[in-house]
Amino acid sequence: MSQHNRDSIGNILTVAVSVCLVASILVSVAAVGLKPAQDANRLLNQRQNILVAAGLLAAGARTDEQGRGINELFDQFEVRVVDLRTGDYVDDLDPQEFDQLRSARDPAMSRRLDGDEDKPTLRRLEQYGIVYLIRDADGDVEKTVLPVRGMGLWGTMFGYLAIEGDLVTAEGIAFYRHQETPGLGGEIENPRWRAQWEGLRLFDDEGRPTVELVKTRAPEGSDARQHQVDMLAGATLTSRGVENLVNFWLSDLGYGAYLDKLRRGEV
Amino acid sequence: MSSPKEVLFSPLFDNNPIALQVLGICSALAVTVSMINTLVMCAAVIFVCAFSNLFVSMLRHVMPSSIRIIIQMTIIASLVILVDQVIQAYAYEVSQRLSVFVGLIITNCIVLGRAEGFALQNGPYMSFLDGVGNGLGYSVLLILVALVREPLGAGTLMGYTLFLSVNDGGWYIGNGLMLLAPSAFFIIGLAIWGLRAWKPAQVEPAEYEIAENVQYKEAI
Repeated sequence: MSQHNRDSIGNILTVAVSVCLVASILVSVAAVGLKPAQDANRLLNQRQNILVAAGLLAAGARTDEQGRGINELFDQFEVRVVDLRTGDYVDDLDPQEFDQLRSARDPAMSRRLDGDEDKPTLRRLEQYGIVYLIRDADGDVEKTVLPVRGMGLWGTMFGYLAIEGDLVTAEGIAFYRHQETPGLGGEIENPRWRAQWEGLRLFDDEGRPTVELVKTRAPEGSDARQHQVDMLAGATLTSRGVENLVNFWLSDLGYGAYLDKLRRGEV
Repeated sequence: MSSPKEVLFSPLFDNNPIALQVLGICSALAVTVSMINTLVMCAAVIFVCAFSNLFVSMLRHVMPSSIRIIIQMTIIASLVILVDQVIQAYAYEVSQRLSVFVGLIITNCIVLGRAEGFALQNGPYMSFLDGVGNGLGYSVLLILVALVREPLGAGTLMGYTLFLSVNDGGWYIGNGLMLLAPSAFFIIGLAIWGLRAWKPAQVEPAEYEIAENVQYKEAI
């Protein structure tokens, strides 16, 4: 092509359209072709985090000591959707399809939270939540895993809280997405800090959620210590965020009503 | 006309895009906290830079000059989306940690700078080599920064423990500064100092000279 007509309007349009066409085909093919692999990754990652919270898998591991993979371990779980207000199971929503985080943004399936109610700064609270249950041979609940989230210092922290069969004692907690400062608030991923959650009493005798993150824990053996976890050094706001979000999701605004019913054997 | 070898290797030290041209600093700060992230990012930049140079060079005779920047950006953006999709499909955990920074390769000055400054004037083969070379030059500096930041900040390298940190029951108190972005400025600054001491030709002439024996009274 000669220098002369390179800048003609016809050539400009031809080049622009053909470059866009080729580029968009390339991008579409990549996006569509790789979607199955990406979705599989996302699901695997979510399952891995649930297993880590429940103490069935070490953080970052892909198999447990017996060599069982993530999907195999996850098959132990029964996944249900719960109406957070009544605490009953909802059967007309498919737990495999239901996206709790998306429903929190849907005006039809969520409501505004304001003022004192909204300790973890969620802004909107969904009506339905997912629970992951493991039952023993008699059908009694052995482990319950709840998705939790709330503001930290820089952004929302997303995690899973696992509760033991008595529905009062924590099994573990794992955060899978957050923007806290590495080395300070980012230590919410630290296995040694997370280990303190095992055996933590989440509720007091009246059934109110009472998790505290404190600078100095009460002496060994005291009642108060059973509800306490160390704060993270240099991360006061992250620690307060964790405290707020755990107490929020265990309260009647969150999964409180459901856990009550589960404890009384009504669901 | 320089030789292919020169085009490929001169960006490593003689004409390093970060150290001499001071381009692409943003991602050098963002992704160098850990070595694995850094390596994935470097591979992505090498790929994007090489292929954007190749395609821009192939189109250089038909590209209307009035929309050439837009065409270059379209090519670069498509390549970046391609890389992002591949990383999400095959290295999901790394893609979570790199988050937006792969997407931001689009705005990396090195990529557009090479397309505009080299690929428009040279053939596809040389342009491709130039892209790889500049990607490698970027990588050399990033790897150097990560090599300092990850061990000093977290006591690990590639995820393997070098110094057992206090938080995990060891003795090493991580240097918090190294985990934050500004530390990369210091390391890049020291690297530029070292590089210019080794290759004095890169030292820029002073913009002004301080006059001799100036007394403070003269300023008032």
